Amino acid sequence: MLRISQTEYDSIRRHGEETYPHECCGVLLGSSDGQTRAVTKTVRCGNTRSDSPHNRYHISPQELVRVQRQAREAELEIVGFYHSHPDHPARWSQTDLAEAHWIGCSYVITSIERGQANITNSFLLAGELEENKHFEDEAVNVVAEVTAIANESTC
Amino acid sequence: MKIYIPTPLRQYAGKKDSVDVHASTVNDALSKLTSTHPDLKRHLYTDDGKLRAFVNLYLNDEDVRYLSEKENTRVKEEDHLSIIPSIAGGQDQSKVLLHPITRWPDHPIIAGVRDSRN
Repeated sequence: MLRISQTEYDSIRRHGEETYPHECCGVLLGSSDGQTRAVTKTVRCGNTRSDSPHNRYHISPQELVRVQRQAREAELEIVGFYHSHPDHPARWSQTDLAEAHWIGCSYVITSIERGQANITNSFLLAGELEENKHFEDEAVNVVAEVTAIANESTC
Repeated sequence: MKIYIPTPLRQYAGKKDSVDVHASTVNDALSKLTSTHPDLKRHLYTDDGKLRAFVNLYLNDEDVRYLSEKENTRVKEEDHLSIIPSIAGGQDQSKVLLHPITRWPDHPIIAGVRDSRN
């Protein structure tokens, strides 16, 4: 399950509206016990796929290094990522699965319909290895305030 | 030097977010890391021993692929090596419009059409 505050939930949906018709992307920071990922902060990132930003996203690894450093300093973990699907359902695509490598993390997708955020879904990247990774639907629990949970060193 | 482990791989590194190693090069650091934590090896390398394509290595703030000596770059005790799996994706090429298109009155349809932009 993904637990996220209303403020951060609204922020990632608004991000998708602001970058429409391009895909937005960002990182979810928080804590995890392996079953629940609790998001206490989201970080907006740039989409480096300038060749096809309407249907592709990519976060620069250098930006991820910076975000990971921020997370460490705030005693938070990277627990997932988010991106938008402009005028497309909030379902993972084969491209999303092929390019997903943070097993145990949440991948949140928001459909942006004609510039307005519509459905937001979350998928857990499950499995052990690249060879057997797969997405599983997971519940999104939007709450007023998220409290940290004991980290279990997975997403 | 210190090697930062991304969250998905910490379960294979003694649940640590970083591992300290004494190493002379980036390759040597990775070798010592996987010797100490052998379960990491299959997550970082393919069966034929090549670093998986989606694994990015950053020595401090420099992408190791763009260093002149790449993985043979010499390292110092105070250096940091970050292991960063890539983040990318996007929607399917076949486009499904979310909004109904009215072809004639009272007959809305959901259109599933190829995205002509691709």
